[in-house]
Parts: sequence; C-alpha cells; structure tokens
Amino acid sequence: MTTLTDPPKEQFRLSMLLYDTRYRSATLQVIALMGFMLLAGWIISNTANNLQELGKPIDFGFLQEPASYDINQRLLEYTSRDTHLRAAFIGFLNTIVVAVLGCLTATILGVIIGILRLSRNWLVARLMTAYVEAFRNVPVLLWIVFTMAILIETLPAPRAFRGDNATASMVLGDSVAFTNRGVYIPEPLFSNSLGNVHLFGETSLRFDVSLDLLLIVAVLGLGLWVSRLIRRRADRIQEETGDRPVTWYLRLGVIILPTVAVLWYLGFHLGYPELKGFNFKGGTHLRNSLIALWLALSLYTASFIAEIVRAGILAISHGQTEAAAALGLRPQKIMRLVILPQALRVIIPPLISQFLNLTKNSSLAIAVGYMDITGTLGGITMNQTGRELESVLLLMLIYLLISLSISAVMNWYNESVKLRER
Amino acid sequence: MTQKAFVRTEMLPPREAPSSVIGPRAWLRENLFSNWFHSILTILSGAFVLLVLIETIPWLLSPTWDGTSLNNCREILAEAGRDGGACWGVISERWPQLMFGFYPSELYWRPILAFILLAVALAPVLFSDKVPGKLLYFTAAYPFIFPWLLWGGSVWTPIMVAAGFGVGWGIYAVVDRAGNSLLAVILGIVAALVWWLFLASPVADTVNAIIPLGLEAVESRKFGGFMLSITIGVVAIAASLPLGIVLALGRQSDLMIVKYLSVWFIEFIRGVPLITLLFVASTLLNIFMPPGTDFDIILRVLIMVTLFASAYMAEVIRGGLAALPKGQYEGAASLGLNYWQSQRLIIMPQALKISIPGIVSTFIGVFKDTTLVSIIGLLDPLGLSNAIRANAAWNGIVWELYGFIALLFFIFTFSMSRYSMYLEQKLHTGHRR
Repeated sequence: MTTLTDPPKEQFRLSMLLYDTRYRSATLQVIALMGFMLLAGWIISNTANNLQELGKPIDFGFLQEPASYDINQRLLEYTSRDTHLRAAFIGFLNTIVVAVLGCLTATILGVIIGILRLSRNWLVARLMTAYVEAFRNVPVLLWIVFTMAILIETLPAPRAFRGDNATASMVLGDSVAFTNRGVYIPEPLFSNSLGNVHLFGETSLRFDVSLDLLLIVAVLGLGLWVSRLIRRRADRIQEETGDRPVTWYLRLGVIILPTVAVLWYLGFHLGYPELKGFNFKGGTHLRNSLIALWLALSLYTASFIAEIVRAGILAISHGQTEAAAALGLRPQKIMRLVILPQALRVIIPPLISQFLNLTKNSSLAIAVGYMDITGTLGGITMNQTGRELESVLLLMLIYLLISLSISAVMNWYNESVKLRER
Repeated sequence: MTQKAFVRTEMLPPREAPSSVIGPRAWLRENLFSNWFHSILTILSGAFVLLVLIETIPWLLSPTWDGTSLNNCREILAEAGRDGGACWGVISERWPQLMFGFYPSELYWRPILAFILLAVALAPVLFSDKVPGKLLYFTAAYPFIFPWLLWGGSVWTPIMVAAGFGVGWGIYAVVDRAGNSLLAVILGIVAALVWWLFLASPVADTVNAIIPLGLEAVESRKFGGFMLSITIGVVAIAASLPLGIVLALGRQSDLMIVKYLSVWFIEFIRGVPLITLLFVASTLLNIFMPPGTDFDIILRVLIMVTLFASAYMAEVIRGGLAALPKGQYEGAASLGLNYWQSQRLIIMPQALKISIPGIVSTFIGVFKDTTLVSIIGLLDPLGLSNAIRANAAWNGIVWELYGFIALLFFIFTFSMSRYSMYLEQKLHTGHRR
C-alpha cells in the first residue's frame, strides 16, 4: 500500500487561465492591457496617417517662430517679435497671477462669509445663504462674462475724467481711476534703484528679477525671523516664571523699522496715473479682462469656500469647546488652541482642491480676452500656426504640472496633520 | 378644634409666558438685536437689503416688454416719465432663440415633447415610490426616442440601434443555456458590435426604403440655447454615472494594471481644465479617427464632456466605497457572493447612498460646465448672448440678458440640489437623532 504525500500533479490546461482563480486575474489584466494597447495604437496610427495626409508631422519648431501678436497685460517685457514660446511663458505667468490673486481674495471672502453664515444674527445668516446659493448655482463662465460686460458698460470712459466739469473723478486722493478701459492704480517706483538681474540670457524664458524687491523681501523675512525669536524667548520666560514679558512693540519694531529704512534708502515713491490726452498715463494699468476674471473667480469660489469653512466649524463637536472650558481656557484660547487646529484639518484639503478648481477655471480667461496660457498657446498661437495637436498637448501638460504640484502640496499637508492612531 | 387647610381642587390655567421669551419682540431680541454688535450688523444689512430692493424693484417693473431696440426702450421709458428701467424687449424678442437656438420654429414641438418625455422617463428613477414601476420600460426606451426627436431622420435608425441590444442579449441567452456563461458574454458583445458596425445601417436603409417613416432631419449647427445645454447636460450626466462606477471599481480593484489605467485616466482628466478637452473635441478628435471620419460636433463635445464628468464621478463614488466598513465586503464574501454579486447587492447600494450629495453636486457642476461649449463656437445661451450683444439693436444690454440666463440656470441647479436633499432624507434608513 502506498500513501500519497503530494497531490497528483495537475496537467496545465488552457481553460485554467479563465476558471482557475490563480491565473484568472493575470489573464484579465493581460486582456485589459492588450485592449488598451490596441486602442492606443489605433488612435496613434490614425493620428499619424491623418497628420501625414495634412502634411504637418508633429514638430515643436513652431515655438521658436515669431509670435507677431501683442499681449497687453503682462508681467515681463514682450513684443510681437518675440517667439511663440515667449508668448506662452508670458501667458503662463498671467495664469499664475490671476490664480494667486483669485485664491487670496476667495479665501478671505469665503472665510468671512462662511463664519457669518453661522451667525446668530438671522438677517446676516440669511443674506449670506442667499449669496452662497446665488453664486454657486450659476455657471462661473456666466459670472465672468457678466462682470466683464458690467465693467465695460457701466464705468465711465477716460474722457469723462477730463475738463472742468468732469462727470467722473478719481478716488483715494486722485490715485486710482476706474474707467471702462480698466483700473489705473499707482505703481511703486525706486529712485535709487539697484537695477535688475537678468536670468536665462536671451532665451525665450528670460526674465528680470528686481534687486530692490529681493532686498525688501530679504529684510522683511529677517524681521519676521527675529520677531519669532523674540516670541520664543517670551514663551521660555513664561514657562519658567509664569509671567509673560510684553513684547508686541519689540516684535512690531523689528519688522517695520528695517523695512521702512530700506524703502527710504531705495527712494521708494508711488507713480500716480495721470490723464494725458484721451487716456491715462503712468501707474499700473489693470485691464478689464484681468479685473473681471479675478473678481468673478473670487466671488464664485468664495461661495464654495464659505460652505467648506462652515462645514469645518460645524464638524467640531460641542464637547470639545466644553472640555476646553472645563480645563479653564478662555474663549479666545479655546478657539485658537482647540477648535481651529481641528477645524483646519477638515477645512484645508477641500480648500486646496478649490484652489485647484480656481486655477483650472482661470482658463476661461479666453472668453474675456485675458491672455493667460490658454489665450496664448491654446488660442492665438494654435489658430495662427495650425499646430492643434502640439499646442493642446503642451497646454494639457502645463495644466497637469500645475495640478500635480498643488496636489503634492495637499498630500504633504494631509500627511503632516493626519491623526496618529494606535 | 379643626384645622382647616386650603386645598385647591382644580388646576390653575397656565400663565402666559412673559413677552420677553415668546412673541415677535423676543424673536427680534434673540435673533436680530442680541447685543450692540449684532444690532449694528442688523441695521447695516437691513439698510443694504432695503437699498437693493429700492433700486431693483422699479427697475424690474419697467413697461418695456414691446421695445424693439435699446434706444426704443429708452424712448418708451422717457414717454412714461421714468429715468431708468430694464429693457425687457430683448427678452420678449429673443427668448425663443435663448431656448432653442436656431432650431426651426415650426418644429419646436419636438424638443418640447422630448423634454416632457424626459420628465416622464426620469419619474420612475427620481420618485420610485410614487410612480408605477412599469414606467421603467419607457425609461429604457427613452435613450433611443430622445435623439430621434431632436435630430429627426428615419425612425428605423434608433430602432436598429436598439435591436443591437436585442441581438446581443439573444446570443447571450442561447449560449448561456448551452452552459458556458463567460463565452456567452463575449459572444453576446461581439454579436452586438458586429450588428452595430456592419449590419444596422444597411438594414435600417432597406427597411426605410420599404416603409419610409421618419421626421424631418435637423442639423446639429441649428441646435442652441437651453435646449443644447440640457441635451449636453442630460447625456453627460446619464452616461457618466455608469462610466464613473466602472472607473471607481477599477481604481479600487486588486488587478494592478486595471487599477493603474483607471488612476492615470482619472488623474489626467481631473488635472486639466474642461476647456482643453473641448479643444480636443473641436480640433483633435477627428484626427484621432480613421482618415475621412467627420462626425458631428455635438457628438464630439458629448464624448469629451462625458469623459470629463466620469472622472469626477469616479472620485465621488470611490469616496463612498472607501467609507464603507470592511466588514461589509467580508460579510458579502462569507455569504458566498462573487465579486459582481457582492458589488451589485451589498456594496454599491450603500456606497451610492453615501455619495449622493457628491454625485448631485457633480451633476450640477457638469450642467454648469456645459456653458463652456460657447468658447468653441456652439450657440448655448452664453454664445447667443454674445451674438445678441453684438447686434446693433441690443448693443449695450447687460443686466436683463445675463440676469435672465442666470435665473434659468439657477432654477435648474437649485432644484437639483433640493432634490438631492429630498433623496438623502428618503434614503436615510439609519438611526435618526
């Protein structure tokens, strides 16, 4: 009699690929991969054939050709003789400008509205509810075009500012002018300027960094650092003795005094816009397109941020407040030490995804003629050169990079505030 | 000596609560003037509301419904002795256009009927407890009726497309009875594909030659206005939900390749703005197809908007899947259910219920995003508004036109969000506190 220690070796059969759970998932994956590759291959070969027929094989050389169109709202110098790549770069910076401005104002507005919506005051809470519902239930593109139309149609023309009986006047001590061509605000000027640093030579990505600005930022940063040191010292003294030295004037002083000194040394003054002929000269000209886009995006996104803030505050149970009060904390400290840190954990991730949405929505600039990356690369450059495939690919790549870097920040934040359990 | 104590034998009527606790005065005190800060806030916001009402109500009540141009409106207002007011002429003249675009006016009954039938088809889905379930058959047929009513053409085309499902199902049933279920699925799909790609259109043409039955065809470029927004919105919403479920399952799947394909797709679509995808629809999609293909611009837009919406939908549903406790999966497995059975019977009903608010807000987002098609030249309400404002008669009109469009969008999206609240209430089967 023999005993079997091993089960009989099974012959591999083809049907086992489908019916044996050991192989089934591998088979399905291979099928899925093959299906995907077939689809991708089909699309790529179609594209290659079609482009061959049209006589324009994929070529990014067009980026080095002169763009020959103007960009009126820009951060860096640019002329129509510059290349398409330069135009795209200027557009990219414009996207960043409107995204940063929009995120800032949307956050400020959204936090205020979100808190006011929780107010015990019936009228204020209702008003804020009306605001939120009105803004988030209407398409953002409509808000952008609407704002643009209002700016153009209702603000006075520059000529209304002229003459002895002008129908319009500048505000804030004759320093800011709201016209239907845009808003003119004072610009910062330095009479003892240190000049600029040129980066990237003469390439399309060249840009100048103002040394004045660098110096101011450096001094300000130093001031903030010293101020933090002073606070740390005060904390230490409080830990040891129980008394907290009064430091607010010192902390304010080390920030403000050096900055003022540097500004004075650089000869800082403001250049005011002035009416010359039919238009304003001098100052910084914010075009209507930028204002409309900025305003509409911030107002629209603020309504979403308000809801996020409200939900975040409501998410913290009342027991937390009561427990903190039982420990003897004062209401202000309860807010700062107990409620806010927990609420922020709930608020920040959706807030950052709203920033992401705002940045992506800024591509609607093309509807009002603000020259962001979509307006330059995906708009005029694409139409002029007929390089649709290359332009759209680049455009998507740039937006993907922006989105991925914002999500990377979000993941890093989530990781750093994650509840450490067990 | 008897001591008498006073004992009351009947209850006294309860006294009125003091006026500082109930009544309008207390309400005002509690909700509007609880302290000096709130009092100031109340007065400021009350003044703001009053100011807005004083400015807008006379403006809204302006007798200009017959105005033929902006100047004409101003004349009417001047005759009436008013110094300002809305010019409603633009709405009364252009509202059919804002609703239907350049759709032939004698055929307006078709989109109207299509949208009424849409409501009928949606009823068993939206209000399943109040409507007879038999209506679901109509809902299943509706995807074929809808395009036929809007675009017109031969009645046999949608019927033959629908027949493809019948063919696939028939083959599946036959082979399945023979005992091989996996082969049955594959053969069923192949049969349906063969039918659609090679047989459907010749058969439809033949039948049409024998029994010509159909509606007058309307080209896509005549579509416009809210009809276009609703068409794109409804199709993208309806198609993105199943696609989103598949993508979410793919992302949660154990199969590594399937998982990574889903992740890449979702992250790519969510990382780029919709407008770049619409550029793909308007310029590139024809290049991706075999040479000589030129399919309809609305169809191309529908494809891209659906893909866009499905990526967002997938993330919402993934959130619902992740929120389910692991015990649910294990419980389903211990009952002996296979993957699809446990998804269908245990996981999805709960996951979808959790994600209703997210799903509806994605729907609302998609509906709002349909306005972006105006940038690639389709005439949705926004595209039409540009055309109207470029018209010499209405040059300079702002508030009336955009206010009207905004109001219509508001009505749609607001009712969607209210419906989601109703649905949450209805499906809330847990313990209510």
